Amino acid sequence: MHSTIDQIISNTSRIILGKEPQIRLALACILARGHLLIEDLPGMGKTTLSYTLAQVLGLEFNRVQFTSDLLPGDILGVSVYDRNEACFKFHAGPVFTNVLLADEVNRATPKTQSALLEVMEEGQVTLEGNTRALPLPFFVIATQNPGHHIGTFPLPESQLDRFLMCINLGYPDARAERALLQNNGGRHGIHVPEACIDSQGLLALQQAVGDIHISDALLDYLQALLTYSRQSSHFVAGLSPRAGLALRQCAQAWALMQGRDFAIPEDIQAVLPGVAGHRLQTISGSSIEDAASHLLNAVAIP
Amino acid sequence: MPTGACLDGAKLSLAIKPGMTDLHWLLISMGLAMALHISHFPAWVSALIFLFMGWRYLLEKNSRAMPRLWILVPITLFGIMGILITYRSLFGRDASVALLALMLALKLMESTTRRDYVILGFAGYFLTITAFLFNQSLLAGAFLLLPVAGITATLVGISYPHGSMSQRLRSRIAGNLLLQGIPIMLILFILFPRIPGPLWGVPQDAYSSMSGLSDNMEPGNISDLSLSAAIAFRVQFKGDIPATQQLYWRGPVLWHFDGRGWHMDNNRTRFAPENLLVTGNAVDYTVTLEPHNRQWLLMLDIPQALPAGAYPSREWQILARNPVRTRMRYAGSSHPNYTLGLDLDDRARQLALSIPSTGNPRSRELARQWQDQLKDPEQIVNAALQLFRQQAFIYTLAPPRLGNDSIDDFIFNTKRGFCEHYASSFAYLMRAAGVPARIVTGYQGGEVNPVGQYLIVRQSDAHAWAEVWLPERGWVRVDPTAAVSPSRVESGISSALPDSTLLPIMARPDYPWLRKLYLNWDAVNNGWNQWVLGYNQQRQLELLSRLSGTRVNWQDLVLWLMGSLAAFILLLCLFLFRRGKQTLDPIQTIYRRYLRKLARHGIKAMPHEGAQDVQRRASQQFPQHAAAFARIAYLYQSLRYGADADGKTMAELRISIQKLKL
Repeated sequence: MHSTIDQIISNTSRIILGKEPQIRLALACILARGHLLIEDLPGMGKTTLSYTLAQVLGLEFNRVQFTSDLLPGDILGVSVYDRNEACFKFHAGPVFTNVLLADEVNRATPKTQSALLEVMEEGQVTLEGNTRALPLPFFVIATQNPGHHIGTFPLPESQLDRFLMCINLGYPDARAERALLQNNGGRHGIHVPEACIDSQGLLALQQAVGDIHISDALLDYLQALLTYSRQSSHFVAGLSPRAGLALRQCAQAWALMQGRDFAIPEDIQAVLPGVAGHRLQTISGSSIEDAASHLLNAVAIP
Repeated sequence: MPTGACLDGAKLSLAIKPGMTDLHWLLISMGLAMALHISHFPAWVSALIFLFMGWRYLLEKNSRAMPRLWILVPITLFGIMGILITYRSLFGRDASVALLALMLALKLMESTTRRDYVILGFAGYFLTITAFLFNQSLLAGAFLLLPVAGITATLVGISYPHGSMSQRLRSRIAGNLLLQGIPIMLILFILFPRIPGPLWGVPQDAYSSMSGLSDNMEPGNISDLSLSAAIAFRVQFKGDIPATQQLYWRGPVLWHFDGRGWHMDNNRTRFAPENLLVTGNAVDYTVTLEPHNRQWLLMLDIPQALPAGAYPSREWQILARNPVRTRMRYAGSSHPNYTLGLDLDDRARQLALSIPSTGNPRSRELARQWQDQLKDPEQIVNAALQLFRQQAFIYTLAPPRLGNDSIDDFIFNTKRGFCEHYASSFAYLMRAAGVPARIVTGYQGGEVNPVGQYLIVRQSDAHAWAEVWLPERGWVRVDPTAAVSPSRVESGISSALPDSTLLPIMARPDYPWLRKLYLNWDAVNNGWNQWVLGYNQQRQLELLSRLSGTRVNWQDLVLWLMGSLAAFILLLCLFLFRRGKQTLDPIQTIYRRYLRKLARHGIKAMPHEGAQDVQRRASQQFPQHAAAFARIAYLYQSLRYGADADGKTMAELRISIQKLKL
């Protein structure tokens, strides 16, 4: 199980150079059955990362480029009248897949965004009175440009909360960038990543995450973190109970990735920037990383 | 989570019903408090108390309702009547303690809520304290800790807001509370200003059972005393302990003989003491006298420097102003070589020669023969001693009963007797022969405790001897018992009696190890008496003056008391504050030891750092120990966060941390 995980990471790292920490976080998010939001400037490899992950995990993959004129039906599917059979026939949208890559999610209108987010929450699509379940596993990898770019509809906090994790990719370091440039970069010049697991294997891994032991001592620490975020004058608002659950799940996934059968405070510390960063807003308006590290440094491990 | 756990904000409703475990604790600790008193309660009170406790237990166990008021009220009234009938009063020490205990047991029958348990707990503390009115020995004091701990644990348990409390946590918190109380107890004990005499009047009946010498001597009352191993007093000598033959402890002096017993002179304190000339060195000593409810203080023959507040009677018996009702410590100084009362006034001569005009014809005849033949009083004395020495007199604790002419019967028929018989018949013979004589009672000898080098004098060392007045020599001590049984005076009563089985076991020589044990124990008790029970105002001021180097008065004491209590509480607060929210989890305790070890070598773990961060930094600084660090981090993590850690892992963690040498 552990070797599978290592292989996933190494296969992905071969394509996304120099971004292993982010890859690990993204994988933890997927193992914890969460949806992932990748936020960064255009051209940083967001789409490549999500595409590669889907490939390596051996999952069915659909990509939707969000634009301001995208309608909910374009994602969910529509019923079209079939003359021959004299009835409406449902044409499934791109959401009926394992991995939905929602590229530049904040360029769509709020209406379309919320249709997507509803699907993320429910795991099923209800249209015209019929409920249709999505395949398992199902998760969304959304990318978005930073909010201040022209032509964007920033996701409200309540919808950001639906994403288990939000990660930034950042610029590659010099060595990675050189390798990228030497290979001529891009999606065509390199070999296609090979899948090292299938959807059943992923489901088993997700199952194993739930079995990771969470001790009372760890919950003490987790609660101390939540309490601090709510009481400190450093943050606009504290972490929600859902954020607490998210931290717990991600810590379990992280522990599984480390090959442990119990979670430790370091697991929480590792995933906290990804899980809590987009949910915390500092009063001073400092960055996600600052908010997370402030929280981590302020709370002692009991 | 110790004490804090009880107080963490949950509201403590007094009306809540405590659980079965709390009742167990309450019953056990109440039972212990009652057990302190069982020996002096009448059987019916003890039986009722334990009946109620059993009843209460069964009611709770079977979830039955408490008995109604119309059942309890008559029982209460009957209980009060029973106490009234048994003790003829509701007041006084015995009656009121029995009443308190009985009413507490009855209170159990209507106690269902936390509030009731709290009342019972505090009343139980009080019942425990009353045991001190009966017995203040070291063992009793130690036993007292049991109900105190039990009641404390009960109160801790019912104050726990989250349901039933585990036995361990309950005991630990109660133990902590008691331990934290110890410094306060010591401060209060040492510094609380003592007042002379007891703080409140102890009821009169508290002194009923004190034993000791009496103010007269009937045949049999000293031999009765000889059966008692009870301690009369203990003596610490300044120098060497004098030889046993010199250890005559002077008690009541008896003048009047009524044909059977000897009595004191009622006017003995009206006259000036007989004049006294001493030669040679004085013996200095300190006596710790057990209470005997009489005025006299026992002192070595013949006392010279008197304890403060004491005064001598005419015949140099030393008296205190009030009966000795608490253990008393006094210093004395005596001269073994003395000349007492060279001038004998007429009244005294008349008293010292008077015998009943009838009875004991054979003894009178014998005395008259001596008077006619010998003339010299000293020869008469020797003749009498010769009589005891040469004829077949036997020293025994169980003499036969004597007839009406008791002296004749003893000298010419039975010839078996105890010191009182010899002293009495000797004095009678002397008076009949015209030599002034009187009886002195007191104690003779004592047992040296090599543990602590002091003398133990027991009731079984009680003794009677005679003093005769000789011209030019004054009152001279003559011990006729020594003529019959020299070993009684030289090495104590146990060696003088052929059949020692009548003696108390502690006065017998048969079990040396038992005696050794006993002597050690007595030394401990002696210390307890001297330093704990005997810590009165005088000793308190002495001790503190010596410690501080200045004269201390009670205002200073109050200041010191407040100061040290404040200091202690401050220290405690600081300690608790520093410890903060730290847990007392054993794994954490061990792990913190490891962190301290690292901190001493410059690796200070931040509070937010987990075991792996610490391990990483430690390995960077001490690469040679990287494996050990990794192992410790792994063990700690699996113990603290893992699903199934066992004692073995814990032991391994402890050992790994111990072995780690940086």
